Amino acid sequence: MKAGMAPLLSIVGLKTSFHTLDGTITAVNGVDFDVYPGETLGLVGESGCGKSVTALSVLRLLNPSMTTIHGQVNFDGKNLLSLDPEEMRMIRGGTISMIFQEPMTSLNPILTVGEQISESLRLHEKLGRKKAWEKAIQMLEIVQIPSPELRVGEYPHKLSGGMRQRVMIAMALSCNPRLIFADEPTTALDVTIQAQIIRLLEHLKKGSNTSIVLITHDLGVVAQMASRVVVMYAGRVVEEAPVVELFHDARHPYTKGLLKSVPVLGGDKKTRLNEIPGIVPNLLHMPKGCSFHPRCSMTMDICKKESPSMIHFNKNRRVACWLATDDF
Amino acid sequence: MINFLLKRLLAIIPVLLGITLLLFFMLRMLPGDPAQVLAGQMASPQDVEMIRTQLGLDQPVYIQYASFLNRLVHLDLGLSARTQNPVIQEIWARLPNTILLSLCAITMACVFGIPAGIIAAVRPYSWVDYLVTIASLFGISMPVFWLGIMLMIVFSMTLQWLPAGGIGTWKHLILPTVTLASFVVAFIARMTRSSMLEVLSQDYVTTARSKGLKENLIIIKHALKNALIPIITVVGLQFGLLLGGAVLTETVFAWPGLGRLIVDSILARDYAVIQGSILIFGLLYTLVNLVVDLIYAFVDPRIRYE
Ligand SMILES: Nc1ncnc2c1ncn2[C@@H]1O[C@H](COP(=O)(O)OP(=O)(O)OP(=O)(O)O)[C@@H](O)[C@H]1O
Ligand SMILES: [Mg+2]
Repeated sequence: MKAGMAPLLSIVGLKTSFHTLDGTITAVNGVDFDVYPGETLGLVGESGCGKSVTALSVLRLLNPSMTTIHGQVNFDGKNLLSLDPEEMRMIRGGTISMIFQEPMTSLNPILTVGEQISESLRLHEKLGRKKAWEKAIQMLEIVQIPSPELRVGEYPHKLSGGMRQRVMIAMALSCNPRLIFADEPTTALDVTIQAQIIRLLEHLKKGSNTSIVLITHDLGVVAQMASRVVVMYAGRVVEEAPVVELFHDARHPYTKGLLKSVPVLGGDKKTRLNEIPGIVPNLLHMPKGCSFHPRCSMTMDICKKESPSMIHFNKNRRVACWLATDDF
Repeated sequence: MINFLLKRLLAIIPVLLGITLLLFFMLRMLPGDPAQVLAGQMASPQDVEMIRTQLGLDQPVYIQYASFLNRLVHLDLGLSARTQNPVIQEIWARLPNTILLSLCAITMACVFGIPAGIIAAVRPYSWVDYLVTIASLFGISMPVFWLGIMLMIVFSMTLQWLPAGGIGTWKHLILPTVTLASFVVAFIARMTRSSMLEVLSQDYVTTARSKGLKENLIIIKHALKNALIPIITVVGLQFGLLLGGAVLTETVFAWPGLGRLIVDSILARDYAVIQGSILIFGLLYTLVNLVVDLIYAFVDPRIRYE
């Protein structure tokens, strides 16, 4: 996007498989994308398409005895996948941090909010106990939690979902990371709280050069925050575009379907108009050819036989679809 | 907090009343005539009658119960029919032995069971995990008297390292403790393993990992503390049960504790001692439960007592 700038994170051919009793599940199957310094990248797709697994693979948070990860995750000139576990550990929470989907369960119920924020600070910023605690209060203030001096000593069960997500954000930001994976940071929250959290993230984003990978299935959030969007389907990238182009000129039938299923503003939040028909394929029994063809309204013969390769239109524009041609 | 304590202490009274009531009538439904047992097979019917009157057993049951309660209010548990000593004194002579043995067994169970469970949970399905699983299977299923006798044969008869029974030195404690603890160690190891496994799969553990914390710190500070909450209950309940007297262990090792007192008294139909011992056991059990609840509030900030 930003011409000439080197990407901060460059994922190449990421393939993550889980070894389960039913067989090997390849949840992420050859994903590539770049994240540039200071940008917000939207990573969208239906539930189960491998968004979280992508983030967890980058941070190597999946249980190594049950998963294999192939490919490259280049960050700052290093391939994170080949770092030794100790080096990787110091990157987590320091240079790359993560915000999780479920604020209700992502905080430890028996440690105070302050303790949970300051333990990162003690580890990565080498602050003493007292300094770290003060910084924790400061962080709570930054994420706009009222009376932070009181809240810092409280346990998570005293806080509402929105407050907890603010604490998660404070935790993720505390060590000035260069990259944050925000995995559906608002999905579990009420609509009004969602808007508040998005506004907060936007506000925090303004003053910093931190990159964000915003994982979501809410295209409204993407429109508001992201500059570029990567669309995933069944473990693969199917389309990438700058956000404005995506909304006006989506090329993949799946992306088009997603855009149509965005709830109308002011309409009933629960009813999604034009839900894409059909269901996400079972990862154990992937259809032959393009994995979207059973649900696609424009299926051709070739779609059932061979999976389409990625067509790059320009640096930020690519589609994996047999219909896509340069003169689309 | 103080209010909570008072309430809980007061609540012990009805519990104990319930125990005495149940016990009192159940005992009297047992076959066998205590006066006859006490007088012996050779005694004349007159002697038996005399003893019956002496014990107050000629009265209707509800009168007996009323006078039992009346004495209880004055902290008098009556006299042992067998030894003529006050019941309190009989219990008092045994209780410290029982408490000592229970404390040793529960300590051993925690010291070995909890770490074993943690190690097994941290490396599930590894050889250590299988080792712990197999060992705890043995611990849970081994008959206590068999284990006791085997230990005795090996360590006191063959090797002559430890005394075969009785009390006195710390050496006397070892075999009964091991025998008594074997089940509890195994049980606690299993509970710790499953509790730990569950906690390790919680979102907040992933959060802790995403912060780059050291694995050991995650296991101890983030996971173990949470996993211990259900373990505390198990340890408390098991300790409460141990206090009730480990009848088999105490019998095998001639350990003069509450369990044997109760068994001997049941055989002799010594109502006063049975009632007194069970009452004390009930009291201890409810107190242990209260302590468990207090520890709970201490460990888990979500629990607050008003
Ligand atoms: N530990 C695991 N073992 C086996 N399969 C897994 C595991 N974690 C995830 N999966 C599978 O991988 C696929 C992708 O999951 P993932 O959590 O990345 O989806 P997602 O895109 O984040 O969806 P959502 O929007 O619901 O969060 C799913 O089919 C899921 O069942
Ligand atoms: Mg997810």
